Amino acid sequence: MSVPNEQMVNGYQPTSNLPSPRRVGLIDVLWTVAMLVAAGIGYSQYSASMDYYATGTLFGAALGLGFLGWIWPATRWLTAVVAAVSLFALWRYNILGADGAVGRAALGEFQESTFLFKFLLSSQAATMWMVALFFLSIPTYFISTLARSEYGLKVGSALVWSGVAMGFIGFFSRWHESYLINPAYGHIPVSNLYEVFIVFAVVTALLYLFYEKHYNNRSLGGFVMLIVGVALGFLLWYQFTRDAEVIAPLVPALKSWWMKIHVPANFIGYGTFAIAAMVGVAYVIKDKMGGDGPNDRLPSLAVMDDIQYKAIALGFAFFTIATILGAMWAAEAWGGYWSWDPKETWALIVWLNYAAWLHMRLTKGWRGPVMAWWSIGGLVITSFAFLGVNMFLSGLHSYGEL
Amino acid sequence: MTSQAQSAPPRRRSLRSRLFTWLTSMNLAIALLSILAIASVIGTVLQQNQPFNDYLIEFGPFWFEVFHTLGLFDVYSVGWFVVILLFLLASTSACLIRNTPNFLRDIRSFRLNAQEKSLQAFAHSRQFDSQLPAEEIVQRSQGLFARLGYKARAKERDGETLIAARKGGLNRIGYILTHLGMVVILVGGLIDSKMYLKTLNTLGVVEVETRDLPVSQVPEESHLPPGVLAGFRGSVNIPESKWGDVAFIGLKDGYVVQNLPFKIEVNDFFVEFYDTGMPKSFNSNVTLTDKDSGETLTKTIRVNHPLKYQGYNIFQSSFGDGGSEIEFDAWQLAGKTGTRQALEGTVHEDRSFEFNGEKYTIEFTDFSLFNVNPTEGPDGSRENTNFGPSVTFRVRDAAGQAVEYENYFQPVDFDGTRYFLSGLTRTVGGQQQFLFIPADRNNSIETFMAFYAKLNDEEAIARIAAELIGQTRASADDEEMRSSAARSISNLVQVFVAAGFSGLSETVDETLAQRGLSGEAAKRGRESSFRVVQSVLMRAYMETLQEQGIEDFSQRDEKFFEDALDVMTVIPDYVSPIYVAPTGFTHIQSTGLEITRSPGMFWVYLGSLMLTMGIFMLFYIHYRRLWVLIKPAGSDHDDGTTHHRLVVAGTDARKNIDFDQAFAQFSNELQRQTESNEQKNTPSNPDNSGRPEQ
Ligand code: HEM
Repeated sequence: MSVPNEQMVNGYQPTSNLPSPRRVGLIDVLWTVAMLVAAGIGYSQYSASMDYYATGTLFGAALGLGFLGWIWPATRWLTAVVAAVSLFALWRYNILGADGAVGRAALGEFQESTFLFKFLLSSQAATMWMVALFFLSIPTYFISTLARSEYGLKVGSALVWSGVAMGFIGFFSRWHESYLINPAYGHIPVSNLYEVFIVFAVVTALLYLFYEKHYNNRSLGGFVMLIVGVALGFLLWYQFTRDAEVIAPLVPALKSWWMKIHVPANFIGYGTFAIAAMVGVAYVIKDKMGGDGPNDRLPSLAVMDDIQYKAIALGFAFFTIATILGAMWAAEAWGGYWSWDPKETWALIVWLNYAAWLHMRLTKGWRGPVMAWWSIGGLVITSFAFLGVNMFLSGLHSYGEL
Repeated sequence: MTSQAQSAPPRRRSLRSRLFTWLTSMNLAIALLSILAIASVIGTVLQQNQPFNDYLIEFGPFWFEVFHTLGLFDVYSVGWFVVILLFLLASTSACLIRNTPNFLRDIRSFRLNAQEKSLQAFAHSRQFDSQLPAEEIVQRSQGLFARLGYKARAKERDGETLIAARKGGLNRIGYILTHLGMVVILVGGLIDSKMYLKTLNTLGVVEVETRDLPVSQVPEESHLPPGVLAGFRGSVNIPESKWGDVAFIGLKDGYVVQNLPFKIEVNDFFVEFYDTGMPKSFNSNVTLTDKDSGETLTKTIRVNHPLKYQGYNIFQSSFGDGGSEIEFDAWQLAGKTGTRQALEGTVHEDRSFEFNGEKYTIEFTDFSLFNVNPTEGPDGSRENTNFGPSVTFRVRDAAGQAVEYENYFQPVDFDGTRYFLSGLTRTVGGQQQFLFIPADRNNSIETFMAFYAKLNDEEAIARIAAELIGQTRASADDEEMRSSAARSISNLVQVFVAAGFSGLSETVDETLAQRGLSGEAAKRGRESSFRVVQSVLMRAYMETLQEQGIEDFSQRDEKFFEDALDVMTVIPDYVSPIYVAPTGFTHIQSTGLEITRSPGMFWVYLGSLMLTMGIFMLFYIHYRRLWVLIKPAGSDHDDGTTHHRLVVAGTDARKNIDFDQAFAQFSNELQRQTESNEQKNTPSNPDNSGRPEQ
């Protein structure tokens, strides 16, 4: 085998077959700048009612979206669509009154009488769209997986993407509506059980979409969206039996900047733990049915194992942050960073459980069905921390009593 | 890590080294994490730090004793729980001590002494055959490593060349940060915990006080001078315009008193409300005076906005009544009904009175300025209505039996009719039942009381009854029969007043039965008796109205009459011999402050920062090594080109599938760039990794 001469010279620079690592390109920079400019415009509008923390959060969020667009370009579309529609809704809402606040009755009347709001843009309508789209994605994913329909799976993804967009639109609408009802009520909608269930659904779906892209496999969509569907079923029950969707003012303990970041960080944790558990379910099912084979519908066991690890790792990291933020908030609100309040304690239990899971996997090399079952068990513990504590135990955490 | 421990030679070792091995074992770590999780559950299902009496009632003496011995009523500061935490601290520290030097050495080393055999034994290992000269292979490999972000070193030995590369050493730093962070958090937490105070208590330096005493009377052994405890969490209630200079720290079934180096005077406590009547914020305006320097500081504390002073933090945590003064009319409900006495009381103070030779006490327990309740609006929508101020008090009889009342100052409007509300709770935690006393045209309770007095006035009732009979029986022939009929009617009215409609109904039935009436006749007799009583009540009511100067009888008065009878029929069960009609108040609130000192907080936050950074490094920085061993492998017979055998191997601290892909990509690219052929004759390897990979 002879070697061409020109390749022998020094400074040999071969063309490479390696996937090039993602560099920061012009678009990435422009996008981040656009996000910062948008934040700047927002700041100039609302600077009067923002303190340092809020300003920091705003620009931090802009940088975060810039970063997210870099590691996951598809989110730029999501950001753009959500921003455009939400801004449109905000602008239409402004028609109501010069300084915004119009009261509950006038707001309700406007939403009833305006077609676009009644059926799309009001937080209620948008949330219902999200619910419907997420519900629809479940059978779509399952049937397409069974039928091996690539097209059907893509439809499933499209449904989830649209549902996420509607969820965010509803979220921003609701945020604005709370101010429209009464400026004193205004708050980011992460303050009660109803609101955080929506956050859970959106965050879990979005995280799932990330893994779907990362592993280039959509066949786990049905499983993950199933748990989201269960959560939304609860949401509907809660809404129809308890009027939980009514926007209420915040209790004093929740009037804090910490809430804005503590709650979302928690839900990245809850979302990933839920994903890990549902992938665990798929793992156990596949394992029981004979494991990997040549014509699999589901990803290989090794991949599903890996997804569980990745999800739990991400969740653990964010859950750690959330718990620390919670402690810092408690230090400010209750007079101590750790009071062994039931919610706090259960957060610790969840955390310890996943710490044990990670150690088992990492240092003992445990893999397979045991870890899958443990992921599932982890979700049971997490659910109790999320819901059970509010339902059965009393404590200082003041929101979300059922 | 563990594999090292497992492969340690089984020679006899000292106790210390065995203890160390045990402390650093993963099994212990996982056991500790699990035990801690399980033990933590206890305190979430069993309410912590409640009065011991409550537990006794709930669990009975046997289980109370068991739980008490195990310390389950304050489980998070009980000895055995702290021991678990200390073990976790020890275990994590031991792991750190063992691993840190190795890790630090490891991330600086390139492992240039790797042998061919061991490289072939890696889970990720391939062999190539290349015709390029050795220097060229070395150069291209180095180029590839540099492009992939690896640091590489080459070493020649006995004609062969080994290139070793690594990246992601920060991952190991991440391990150190994570676990050191945990240690720092635990230490910080322990500094602020009750551990030291409990030790002082066990040693007898500090005594727990269980009696409810004024601060000045708490014995010196239960006082802690400032600075004795590094960290503490206490609380104190201070009424408006009063001051306090201590905090109470709950311990066991009592408390100890932490003296503070400053005085806190509460100038004002106020609540701000939303338009729904829900509280929006709780605020205390306080003035702090330093006892040493005399320096003062005035600030408003709100929930989420504490006051920080020289390491002390003062938080708004609760509020209550600080001894509001209540003016009230005590209306007699028995004996001389209809008479009242204007009295005064103070919340948190008792006053006793005597009634019919019996001693009673009224204990005022609370006053609330607002009582916002959900009500149904006229269109059926949900609304919140403020019922106005109310006072809560207990009336205790000589036997010690008490019933709790909550009486409202102003009448409350229900569908256009106004009532004075009095809620009574017979047993602690029981259901509150309400008395709806109709208000008269002047929004006062007087008409009702006058009417009630009239019904208790036997003479008046007998007179009214006689008048009634006189009118119905035109032939007033039999004087005696008339007066006996009047007497029996008036008796029935007394029965009604004493026992309500149900009592009346019983008495009537009894009398009819005595007369031997049954069936249709009894029914008619019953109806007429009721009608007669009703007429007497109505006449008595009309007379009352006239006495009040009311001539025009309206539908409202008729409703009042019915409502009044409804109240009277339950008054016999009202227990208290007086009705407290509050008339005026001076609202004095007290604020509940939480006062803390937590020097450990800095460490907890520092540890948290380390933990967070460490976790991200552990998860998202991959610690990887790659090796290329280049060995001469003879020459071709045809053209004399020398061959080289390449042994390529790699490891990742995490055995995740990403590395499968990364290694495949790297080795394929290396194969391409060195124009190699894959050699399939890699010696089979029984134990690929040294660790099971299921
Ligand atoms: C106190 C609570 C602890 C926490 C929060 C914690 C956290 C972690 C985390 C997040 C990892 C990384 C797991 C991964 O990358 O998948 C890890 C790894 C590890 N932990 Fe812990 N750990 C704790 C206690 C301990 C203890 C007590 C030990 C000692 C027995 C220990 C030994 C290790 C070891 C050896 C590793 C593997 C490091 C490596 O090879 O990369 N940990 N720990």
